[in-house]
Amino acid sequence: MSKKTMDDLFLFTAEPPAGKPAPQDPPADEDTSDVIPDADAPDRHETGSFMIAGTDNLFGELWEDAGPGDGGPSAGTDQRVPRQRPRVKAEEFATQQREISISEFFAKNKQLLGFDSAARALMTTVKEAVDNSLDACEDAGILPTLIVEIVNLEDNRMCVIVQDNGPGIVREQIPKIFAQLLYGSKFHRLRQSRGQQGIGISAAGMYGQLTTGKPMRITSRIGERHPAHYFELMMDLKKNRARIVKDMIVDWDVGHGTRVEIELEAQYKSGRQSLDEYLAQTAVANPHTEIFYTNPRGEKLHFPRVAMDLPRQPEEIRPHPHGVELGMLIKMLRESPHRRVSASLQHEFSRVTPRIAEEICQLAGVPITRNPQKLTGDEIQALYKAIPQVKILAPPATAVVPIGEELLRRGLARQIRGAEFYVSRSRNPRVYRGNPFLVEVAIAYGGELQGLVDHGDPGDIAVAGVSLDQEKTVASALLDLPGFTRKKVAECLEKSGISPRKRVKSLEFSEIAQLRSAYDTYARQEADTTSAQIIRLANRVPLLYQLKACAISKAIMDMNWRRYGVTQPRGGFPQGPLVIMVHFASVWVPFTSESKEAVAHYEEILEEIRLALQDCARELSGWLARKVKIKANRERKSLFQRYIPDLARSLAVLTGGKAKDLDGMIQEALEEYAEQVALPEMVDLEAERVPVNAFDGDGDGDDDNDDDNDDGDDDSDSDSGDDV
Amino acid sequence: MATKREKKDEQILARMRDLAESVITGFREKGNPPVMIPQRSLSNSVFDEENSIIRMGDKLQERVFFHQGQAKRFMQTFLVATACKELLDVKKTTSIRDLFYMTKHTLARGENTFDDQSESDPVLEDLEVTLGALREELHLFASNKGTMVGNLTLIDSGDTIDCRSMGTGGYGIPSIVEEHVIQFKKCEADFVLIMEKDAVWRRLNEDKFWKKHNCIMMQSGGQTSRGVRRMLRRLHDEKNLPVYVLVDNDPWGFYIYSVLKFGSINLAFESERMAIPKARFLGLSSFDREKFDLPSVVTIALNKEDEKRARQIMNYPWFKDKRWQNEMKKMMDSKVKLELEALSSRGISFISEKYLPEKIMNDDYLE
Repeated sequence: MSKKTMDDLFLFTAEPPAGKPAPQDPPADEDTSDVIPDADAPDRHETGSFMIAGTDNLFGELWEDAGPGDGGPSAGTDQRVPRQRPRVKAEEFATQQREISISEFFAKNKQLLGFDSAARALMTTVKEAVDNSLDACEDAGILPTLIVEIVNLEDNRMCVIVQDNGPGIVREQIPKIFAQLLYGSKFHRLRQSRGQQGIGISAAGMYGQLTTGKPMRITSRIGERHPAHYFELMMDLKKNRARIVKDMIVDWDVGHGTRVEIELEAQYKSGRQSLDEYLAQTAVANPHTEIFYTNPRGEKLHFPRVAMDLPRQPEEIRPHPHGVELGMLIKMLRESPHRRVSASLQHEFSRVTPRIAEEICQLAGVPITRNPQKLTGDEIQALYKAIPQVKILAPPATAVVPIGEELLRRGLARQIRGAEFYVSRSRNPRVYRGNPFLVEVAIAYGGELQGLVDHGDPGDIAVAGVSLDQEKTVASALLDLPGFTRKKVAECLEKSGISPRKRVKSLEFSEIAQLRSAYDTYARQEADTTSAQIIRLANRVPLLYQLKACAISKAIMDMNWRRYGVTQPRGGFPQGPLVIMVHFASVWVPFTSESKEAVAHYEEILEEIRLALQDCARELSGWLARKVKIKANRERKSLFQRYIPDLARSLAVLTGGKAKDLDGMIQEALEEYAEQVALPEMVDLEAERVPVNAFDGDGDGDDDNDDDNDDGDDDSDSDSGDDV
Repeated sequence: MATKREKKDEQILARMRDLAESVITGFREKGNPPVMIPQRSLSNSVFDEENSIIRMGDKLQERVFFHQGQAKRFMQTFLVATACKELLDVKKTTSIRDLFYMTKHTLARGENTFDDQSESDPVLEDLEVTLGALREELHLFASNKGTMVGNLTLIDSGDTIDCRSMGTGGYGIPSIVEEHVIQFKKCEADFVLIMEKDAVWRRLNEDKFWKKHNCIMMQSGGQTSRGVRRMLRRLHDEKNLPVYVLVDNDPWGFYIYSVLKFGSINLAFESERMAIPKARFLGLSSFDREKFDLPSVVTIALNKEDEKRARQIMNYPWFKDKRWQNEMKKMMDSKVKLELEALSSRGISFISEKYLPEKIMNDDYLE
């Protein structure tokens, strides 16, 4: 036990104080006696006996030497016990500690995993299942097609069904994967992936079991030649083991894939934190994915595939020495199988050559021949201080995969329809705490704000895309529209000069036009004072909760948007018809909590987000400034177009030519003319832009003709700003 | 003669086709082809001192399609040309009013090709100068304007017209008075008297002034139309009749005289066949008020517009003659203008019995 105590001491000196978000340090959370140093070991069963010390640490609470009252972190009420008393009882506690299973712990702390309310439980369950499915498909090189269905049952219960066309799971693994917490292949590797801990899907099953008593149902098939296995699984919460209720072979018309069905107490909510929104954002973040979704109301939504290529498979890497935390360093050296500290440094870290290892040791005053397991705390401290002073190549960028500027924009344009301006930026990978990461930003701005559908037919009057009831008065028909208040209706009618008592069916054509334009004005005003919609993505997973706690939100709020011509209240989100999407991709996403809802505030991360936002905002402001000009240009073009038919006809009569041919010819000349008029601006832009190759993971093109860009001083090539 | 006209038609049709072809070629090369239009402006009006007429200079104005301010005009120019081609093709002649309706239709968003005739008339004038064709050569005529009576018999399209028996209305002067339409048969008059006011003309007609003084009387109802001018010029040329002009004593009156005498800025290209350098300005002169003892109560104060126009006219090169400058100066100094009707303050037939005979007998005119 004495060695363990020392470890713990080291660990805690390395940890940031409680309350400040800490990056998750997976191996540090485990009892050293259970640790298998090989990070790739896929089949570990030991995770069940999770030590209190570890769990405590996991949640950033301070470890009082011998621990509090009953030893469970859930009972953190009685921490100020005099030192002598717990010493006496320490061993007794130690035995109790071993008996507390992680399943039990999580069952009491559902909120940490995102199951604190019925609404969030539904979201988290779908999220975990979808994450798993997408990761599995991508690992297997399959373009994911997902079926997500939420069936409303009685008594506030719902059944979540998520089915994928992934590789399937071999029979023996099914119970462990779905009914054993902390079992998974992602926990032990440093690679960009959606799931990280292997807690998710089993926790969802556990929640279902706790609230409905129903087992989770799994169907999986690994190929045409193999049978489909159907399991019904319950969880033994004490032992963290699966209890197999049913295990049978079934007929399944799916070639390969996995289907998960979980019954749980759930609540469906609409709005910005809805499941619909989550899946739509998932589709944006994963343009190679197709999703068929049936929500609890029975509405079917289809999110088609935008990209036909899978994103590049992220490579697995070792940590980079720069930015590694002391605790992590201690752990890595202690667990290293090598005999010499220099060898350990070389093999446990990426980008450390023999020369660099030697340099680090030299600077630290540690002989390179020292056995890493026997290093003293002071020696490790010295190494820790030496590392940042040595120049080391940046970690391989291949470990992080961007969505890509073009796909980001296309994906965003698909979901946020009708915006006038889209811009996106993928930053080059950077490092925080030894982990490579990259930031991508896409912005959609302005536009029709679900513009009024112009049917042209007075018999079918639609405002904001909703048909008005023909038999009602204009006022009451407008009031039926979503988001309309009496005040809004009154204003619209006053502006358009229509009597509120007039019947919809007797509206004049010109009155409909007036009504629409009055609504447009109103909607625009309203949109101008509404906060921007923020879409946060971490490793392609949408984050819907804890908006204010997230580094992404902080970076957005800290930026001075007014500089770019966007309104922003002091210290708040920018306002206007604006959607800001930020994607954070890393081998290890530093979430603020296990429910994985907010990215921790690391300086390096905030900086990168800020730079990407600035890149996009610069283009946006250039576009905003030129919007007026563009509009004038377009109007001028349309002015010519108005006269072309008559001119062409006249010329045809005078020369005996064909009006149609002449019309086309003049149109072409107009295009040429319009281009020439716009030409000087574009030439300037090209000259200003410094082309530096951005890291371009999945090879998205950057050959767009971006005539709405300005922004001369960005440091990556851009391919955005289409004016739609 | 018919063949001569047909030949002219052919010629004009060919010019129209060439104009259109040149523009098409420009568009085909993705350019912005111009139509070169001789400028109808003061700056492009040259005073030919030797012949004492205003001629059009050689300044050209470019009209292109891809220009916000010119696009519509450009289209209109060809629209009008097309209408003229149709007229030439079917060998019919119509009024410029008709032309307006032939070419008027609605474009997108309720916009019309032409909103009113004042918009299509200048386009037609542009086309005339561009093609070097007169209005009648484009088979167009203006509405009749101006009437005449007097000791003259003429043949209008085969009908014999005796201008001595035209009642109170007089003979309406057609827009086209060329030889192929009108021939003079018997002319006994000694001079022509042209006035801007219909009311004055009626007074003189009722008083049978033309009978007493053996003349032809015309009224133009304001600025003289091309038909009136051409008729005057023909009578002046072919019958050697002096032309006396009777207008209000204000800048506008002076300018009417100026147009008759030297030609107009706008139609400078027609001066040669319309201007009458020897036209005589009979009145009202700025000096007549004193000469004929007109009460000051009949004068009208010059307004800003009048003064501005007077200054403009004084600056025209063809108005540089000292006598004209004196006339204008006198008017500017007295700060009043006089209408022809002011003469009635001295008696209803003062003009026909006293003013005109005295002026003509005494050769009290400016030339």
